[in-house]
Amino acid sequence: MSTTFQIVVCGSIVPDPLQTLEPVTGPAGPALKNEMMLPAVLDPWAAHALYEAAHLAAAHPGSKVWLVSKAPKAKLQQVMMTVAQKVPFELVPLDGSASGFTDSFTTATSLAGAIETIPGLDKSRLLLFGGWESASRGAGSTIQMIAERLGITEQFQGVDRITVREDGSFEVLERIEGGRHQVSVCSAPPAALGWATGFLAEPRNNPQVGMANMKTIMPALMRSKAAPAVDSGLSFVSVTLPKQQRETRIEKNMTPEEIAREIAAWIKE
Amino acid sequence: MESILLLAHTEADGALGKPALEALTAALALGGELTVGLVGGAVEPAAKIAAAAGARRILAVTGEPFTQPRYATDAAAAEAIARAAGSAIVLAPATARWSRALPGVAYRLGGRIDTHATGLAVRDGSPAVNRWFYRQRMEAVLARTARPWFVLLDSGCVEPWSGTAAVSAQVEAVPVETPQTRTTVTGVQAPKADEQTIRPDAKLLFVAGAGWTKKQPDGAVHVEEAQKLILGALRGAQASLGGSKSLVDLSGEGEAVLPFMTHLNQVGQTGATPRHPKGLSTCCHGEEPHVVGWRFVTERRAVNLDANCGWARGKADVVYVADAFAVVRELNRLLG
Repeated sequence: MSTTFQIVVCGSIVPDPLQTLEPVTGPAGPALKNEMMLPAVLDPWAAHALYEAAHLAAAHPGSKVWLVSKAPKAKLQQVMMTVAQKVPFELVPLDGSASGFTDSFTTATSLAGAIETIPGLDKSRLLLFGGWESASRGAGSTIQMIAERLGITEQFQGVDRITVREDGSFEVLERIEGGRHQVSVCSAPPAALGWATGFLAEPRNNPQVGMANMKTIMPALMRSKAAPAVDSGLSFVSVTLPKQQRETRIEKNMTPEEIAREIAAWIKE
Repeated sequence: MESILLLAHTEADGALGKPALEALTAALALGGELTVGLVGGAVEPAAKIAAAAGARRILAVTGEPFTQPRYATDAAAAEAIARAAGSAIVLAPATARWSRALPGVAYRLGGRIDTHATGLAVRDGSPAVNRWFYRQRMEAVLARTARPWFVLLDSGCVEPWSGTAAVSAQVEAVPVETPQTRTTVTGVQAPKADEQTIRPDAKLLFVAGAGWTKKQPDGAVHVEEAQKLILGALRGAQASLGGSKSLVDLSGEGEAVLPFMTHLNQVGQTGATPRHPKGLSTCCHGEEPHVVGWRFVTERRAVNLDANCGWARGKADVVYVADAFAVVRELNRLLG
């Protein structure tokens, strides 16, 4: 039985993980110091979701992948120069804040609205993908709310694998406590999957894929609509960096035996 | 203080798990009128705990469809209980089950949700929630005006409630129509007991870095010995295993390194930030294992060949400058 999917991946950009981050307070609430200057990457979990989507689409000819992303247009364009070379997709951009301090409800509302405007999207074949959390807000709540808005009640979080069966049903592995996976079978789309890291390696850059993607990405960015900030009743009392600095004892002259004895005693304390 | 609903799903025996007991402590500390909502196949033991803790009402959704963790049924149950309780604040433990279902429930009720809360306090008669942003790099205290306000409390942040269960409890059954669902939970995949490397309740987190797979002083790579040593340390100390991203990625790319190390073990930027009383990092260099990965590890020690490792200094309590192979070999002998 031939199965095709329409896979919508939600994902935004985050500061490069190697950057030092410092919070500042602006008129609109907390933000990152020099936020617009920080190098950005596609959120790691969203990136996994995108690669899984492309892998799934490649295995099921006729399937299609969209990436719906809310971020400052200029930053998103920079990130797309790299991401576009990874896998084929069509970008649906929203020009708005990618800050971790925005509310997931607001973000979900914006993204769901953008998904609803995708021309020709067949919701009966829809798989809504995204990271199970982000490296900015880390809420793990956005995908569920988007799915609710779209009427999707088959939802999975912390997904590491989807396996499509011959009858069109699919088995999903979700992370649960204790390093285990819950195994579920969903008989058909639509469904929402918040991805953990999965098992796929990051695809290598492919300039041909990049050129094909950019033909649609650049016009989409030009047309991207503003997603204004909405007051969701969220206020921050404080945002601070952890101050704790430990007095580290450096032991350079102990033998392995001495170190092992000390560690063993410490473990047994 | 506003009214509080504590939402908990029960274990197979109908009791409350440790995360739910921790959330109960947090709910009681807030001081508002407490309703406890229970979901599961059986709820009586949990209801007796709730009664002993002083819950004014105990609401429950029970029945076979609600025994298994599944979005559609869990969301329906939680929604029905939340509507019946009408509480302003809905507190729940951040289990995989509730983390999957409750954001959607908050959306259905027109409320808001904050996840990964690490602390709750009362400020001007309402809760203020502590949580971390940007992968545990900065901590915020936040408040909300929207209600109901769902808060998922991370495990390990407060002591579990430890009183004696009541002799009996009055439970109000909340009617809920079992929703149509296309999802069937078929089971759980877990490593064999002797291959178990993730132990959330372990006293020690043993973090292995990519150094284990690099050339050693004799110019050769000793991956097989590294495997034996790491697994021996896990067994001897009954420790949980964490891995740096670089090491986990090597395993994922099919290279012949540490086959037991998967993304589930990863700590740091795209991994977990587990809570353990002690952490021992070995052959690690970088921000992720030392800063992000063990933000919530209380006592930290490291075995590292680089005395000037900027990531370990100021983050670990002790750094032993030594060859981890030699140290762990001896450690395993001592731990027997």
